[in-house]
Amino acid sequence: MASGDRPLSPHLQVYRPQITSFLSIVHRLTGVALVGGALIFTYWISSATYGPEVFKQAQSILGSWFGRLVLLGMTFALYYHLANGIRHMAWDIGWGYEMPKLRLTGWLVVLFSGGMTVLTFAVAYAIAGA
Amino acid sequence: MEYRSSLGRVRGLGNSKEGGIGHWWAERLAAVALVPLTLWFIYSAVLMTGADIVQFKAWVGAYGNPVLLILFTIAVYHHGQMGMTVIIEDYVHNEAANLIAIVLVKLGAFFSATYTIFCIARLTFGG
Repeated sequence: MASGDRPLSPHLQVYRPQITSFLSIVHRLTGVALVGGALIFTYWISSATYGPEVFKQAQSILGSWFGRLVLLGMTFALYYHLANGIRHMAWDIGWGYEMPKLRLTGWLVVLFSGGMTVLTFAVAYAIAGA
Repeated sequence: MEYRSSLGRVRGLGNSKEGGIGHWWAERLAAVALVPLTLWFIYSAVLMTGADIVQFKAWVGAYGNPVLLILFTIAVYHHGQMGMTVIIEDYVHNEAANLIAIVLVKLGAFFSATYTIFCIARLTFGG
């Protein structure tokens, strides 16, 4: 099937940026990032099957400044994809397509994921100390 | 002279060729399961911050946790694999690269999920 040079959907390059399209792109980006998160989860679980030394090393890698930075990103991605996923389910049952609702639920997703990420890390620091 | 109708020519192509509705539904079914499982997992993982292996094994093997961890693993890799497939279908237009990428994603997810479940079982039953 020849499609010529017509731009193919999704039109990332020819679409005027706005909160709805931006959040949609971030949904996909966080989804891809979370595949990396799943692999980190597998690494974490599997490391414990290789004994105390290997698990300790995994914990210290994940607890290093770089590990914490990655986990901070993963935590945000997880909350974002979760909240925006629920937004998607609302659309699937036909709710929330009006522009004011789209903007409101979009901002709610951003607030929720940002706030929960901060809260989660605050709890983690309270548990583990610095 | 074209004798076939427009519908006849496109039927069985694009997303309909592999059951687009089935894919769409399965992706959302896993998503529904992931809502409570993810919240439970974040809560649990935070409690394991800085844990040693004794605490970690105690958590993995605690009543109910192995089942929740295995469900989480299946739902994550199942949902992730389907999401990646859609993204590859959207952006990888070369037919060979598209096929190879989708096969790798699906087999890779299947392998990682199976290995993770094996590790959860091993941590639960010792060894």
